[in-house]
Amino acid sequence: MRLSKGGRIDRSRAVSFSFDGRVLSGHPGDTLASALLASGQKVVGRSFKYHRPRGVFSAGSEEPNALVTLGAGARAEPNVRATMQELFDGLEARSQNCWPSLDWDLLEVNDLFADFLGAGFYYKTFMWPRKAWEWLYEPVIRRAAGLGALSGQADPDPNEKAFAHCDLLVIGAGPAGLMAALQAGRAGADVILCDEDREPGGRLLSEVEEIAGAPAMDWVAATVAELTAMENVRIMTRTTVTGVYDHGTFGALERVGRHQRHRPGVLPVDCFWRIVAKASVLAAGAIERPVAFQDNDRPGVMMAGAMRSYLNRYAVAPGDAVTVFGNNDDAHRTARDLQAAGVHVTALVDARPGATCALDLPFHPGAVVSRVSGRMGLETVSLRTASGEVKLQSDALAVSGGWNPSLHLTCHLNGRPSWNDELAAFLPQPGAVPGMQVAGAAGGVFATDACLASGAEAAGCALAELGLTAPPLDLPQAEAQGYGIAELWAVPGRGRAWLDLANDVTVKDVRLAASENFRSVEHMKRYTTQGMAPDQGKTSNLGAMAVLADATGRDMAATGITTYRPPFVPLPIAALGAGGKGRGFAPERLTTSHAQSLAMSAPMIEAGLWYRPSYFPRPGEKVWRQSCDREVGHVRQAVGVADVSTLGKIDLQGADAGRFLDFVYANKFSTLAEGRVRYGLMLREDGHVMDDGTTARIGPEHYVMTTTTAAAGEVMGHLEFAAQVLRPDWDVRLISVTEQWAQFAVAGPQSRALLEELLGRDLSTAVLPFMGCMPVTVGGIEGRLFRISFSGELAYELAVPSRYGESLFATLVERAEARGGGAYGMEALNVLRIEKGLLTHAELHGRTTAYDLGLERMMSPSKSFIGKAAATRAGLVAEDRERLVGLRPLGASKMILPGAFLFEEAAEPVRVNAQGYVTSSCYSPTLGDTLALAFLKGGPERMGERLRVVDHLREAVTLCEVCEPCFLDPEGERTRG
Amino acid sequence: MRMTCPLCGARDLREFTFRGAALARPEGDDWNEAWHDYVHLRDNPAGESREYWAHRAGCGAVLLVSRDTRTHEVFSVGLARGAGA
Repeated sequence: MRLSKGGRIDRSRAVSFSFDGRVLSGHPGDTLASALLASGQKVVGRSFKYHRPRGVFSAGSEEPNALVTLGAGARAEPNVRATMQELFDGLEARSQNCWPSLDWDLLEVNDLFADFLGAGFYYKTFMWPRKAWEWLYEPVIRRAAGLGALSGQADPDPNEKAFAHCDLLVIGAGPAGLMAALQAGRAGADVILCDEDREPGGRLLSEVEEIAGAPAMDWVAATVAELTAMENVRIMTRTTVTGVYDHGTFGALERVGRHQRHRPGVLPVDCFWRIVAKASVLAAGAIERPVAFQDNDRPGVMMAGAMRSYLNRYAVAPGDAVTVFGNNDDAHRTARDLQAAGVHVTALVDARPGATCALDLPFHPGAVVSRVSGRMGLETVSLRTASGEVKLQSDALAVSGGWNPSLHLTCHLNGRPSWNDELAAFLPQPGAVPGMQVAGAAGGVFATDACLASGAEAAGCALAELGLTAPPLDLPQAEAQGYGIAELWAVPGRGRAWLDLANDVTVKDVRLAASENFRSVEHMKRYTTQGMAPDQGKTSNLGAMAVLADATGRDMAATGITTYRPPFVPLPIAALGAGGKGRGFAPERLTTSHAQSLAMSAPMIEAGLWYRPSYFPRPGEKVWRQSCDREVGHVRQAVGVADVSTLGKIDLQGADAGRFLDFVYANKFSTLAEGRVRYGLMLREDGHVMDDGTTARIGPEHYVMTTTTAAAGEVMGHLEFAAQVLRPDWDVRLISVTEQWAQFAVAGPQSRALLEELLGRDLSTAVLPFMGCMPVTVGGIEGRLFRISFSGELAYELAVPSRYGESLFATLVERAEARGGGAYGMEALNVLRIEKGLLTHAELHGRTTAYDLGLERMMSPSKSFIGKAAATRAGLVAEDRERLVGLRPLGASKMILPGAFLFEEAAEPVRVNAQGYVTSSCYSPTLGDTLALAFLKGGPERMGERLRVVDHLREAVTLCEVCEPCFLDPEGERTRG
Repeated sequence: MRMTCPLCGARDLREFTFRGAALARPEGDDWNEAWHDYVHLRDNPAGESREYWAHRAGCGAVLLVSRDTRTHEVFSVGLARGAGA
């Protein structure tokens, strides 16, 4: 219940929220957990496996119990930690893992069978029949055990990602972190100070103590004010640093909009930051750990430090009569603060026999809490003292087993913490993360005055590395609390004592794992699921290690701990993938004719990142084939226009450019005359074909290469490597000009007439022969004209600077339509090239050689080139290799699909009998038949053979005849005309 | 991971493309053991590895990088042009 005064809450305003439909009220400054406790809500969830009632256990991101579902519908967010969720007006929270209700959960029956449900139960029990696992056991188990459920709907809320750079990243804004940021800020360093809380202060937010003779939060406020005024310091609250990556890269999750109901404008839910820092200070504090004893998971059992948070920060008393149990001096502060707040302390129980206490209350040194009772809320606490059992009536119990430094981030680059007997804790390995200093409680420094000094010292070290000078130190006076501790992990006794509350792992489970020889911490963890819940065992791991150490007769140092990996807290995938939904998934590359293609109702298909028109439907055309057939007809009979700008274009210049082309192409280019174009075949160093394309010589030392659309990037990288690494002394420079030029194919018998009219000049073969190129002027714009053909027709490609592409496309299409032709898309382009047996990456798929493609004569014997040595290996020129052929159907079935396998007519269509496979197929309106390109073992020697083409997937069987891969005009008369 | 391009400065890994181990390319057009080594065989060092990386999303330079495969420490980054293998 709420205390009458104190706390960092705004009592002048009420905040209304609901929990399981019940309307409750809190104040600004509350978390959902503090508001629930203030409202007397003891049970906030059901446990994962046994469905036991659970209450709020901590006050931070380490919370194992208080996971709720926030919101409804598509915005429902499961597994929200109530201890981290700031209260806002209208917040709707629901409890999880209970049915039909939180108070009355049918699956609590699991708790009665706990003796059978220990570690490894599922592995041992649901072995037989094996098939039942998938359809029976797993679904039932998953339904019974679990956390919150996803809505199943698309997340409507926006997320963001962002990048930041700084000199010094300070992680944690408690006394050590604030001091470090202050020193670095004063020294002029670029500082980012991150803290996962909504305001800076760290533990000071929850404690009653003084700094510089005034309340500690006054010092915090003054320090924050000074930092805020510095332009070189950025304070990021609600930001958890989640991971450390190589070379000063950090991941951080900023909860941007989660503390508000309405997110004005486009305020995102979360923002995932990548922060690059030259140096860092880890001042993440420490996390308190519990002690295991019988039924220590009952609602009302809470961490002692968390209880101080609720008392001092949120003005919430967790009960009317509270017992405090600990093994260290820090627990005494909880008893002190409870008394100060007017809460009755039934006893302070200190496990250390020699402990003393300055407080006026029932004090039990050398005693332990052996068990508690109270299913839906604590009722009694049983003590085991030197003089016997004592039973107390208490409705809350504060527990402290000591503090674990939050050293997780120091382990992300393989750092191994070391055990410290005096502190009974693991401490970070010095230098585990290059450039990272550890300060304050994260490094095992617990007293406030020492934390301040440690923060300043860490900043000093970081500044020295940055070449900056730390200003003279003026450390404020602060308290020097002692921290005496004696190890205590689990109180021996009957019944179940909980370690991992989130995954329902008990002391017995860990002992069972040890007795079944899962003795390594990593094996025990996986066998029992200890530490594998969303909280990653932040409060429970060390206790489990200690029980394992005891069971295996080793000490803590020898037992070790499991590996901490990123992320430190659960990261929403939506934040990591921010901006990657829908159109954000990949960049879109659009041609200059894109808008016009859309205006012509062309459906777009993706080619790499490019969007290209599939076909251009005209009124009355109902299916794509009608449009495609018509467009093929345009090119074969009149003139067609296609945007081919997506092909890679690489500009090569230099005295050795020709020589360089000889090196990267299998065929010879140094003999290419100015104003001429040549088809080139490029091999990889392993002798297989990488890409093909044409290269034009447009000046004495100036060439323009085209690549296929798909391989443009790969070829560019390959050429850069060849130029810089393999032939570093040659005078050749290259640059991609794909984006700079818009290029259009003008193809068909009337293409010359169209272009002569457009350009106002003679383009006869005498002026521009096949495979020639020349500079032209188009409407006053300087462009380039190439006489090349990917359709087998008389054809040209006209290139202009990209900014003129849109208008040139419009002009070309208009003129083509006037001549009975028009624009053609990718479907028609594909039909045209298959009719001619021309290649694309369906054939150049990375496993084919020049020999397979029938292009072995292109490999020049008179020069060296990349891939030559490998391409001549016997296996790459063997006659029985799968080699390119054409296929035409013979029977009634005309269906030939790419991916289908080839079989001899009489052979059984099984894998071992496969003779090859189909790569491309189309219906040719020109020839009125289905055509296909395929790779067939010994193909060129098998012309006229009958084969069965079998597509097992689509169940198509077609009888075919093997033919030459060029189906139309094999002499090339149309092209050269 | 970050690397310092000699032309552009310190940049994130995502700007770079791995281009394989830094090996000397054999000359000659006949397939032999040296070619077999170059095309097919790779060491898998635990420790220093000399590699080519291309600054594809930056200046386009191919870089010769020496780094530790165990710690990811980058020992040196230089232009590959003229550096030899």
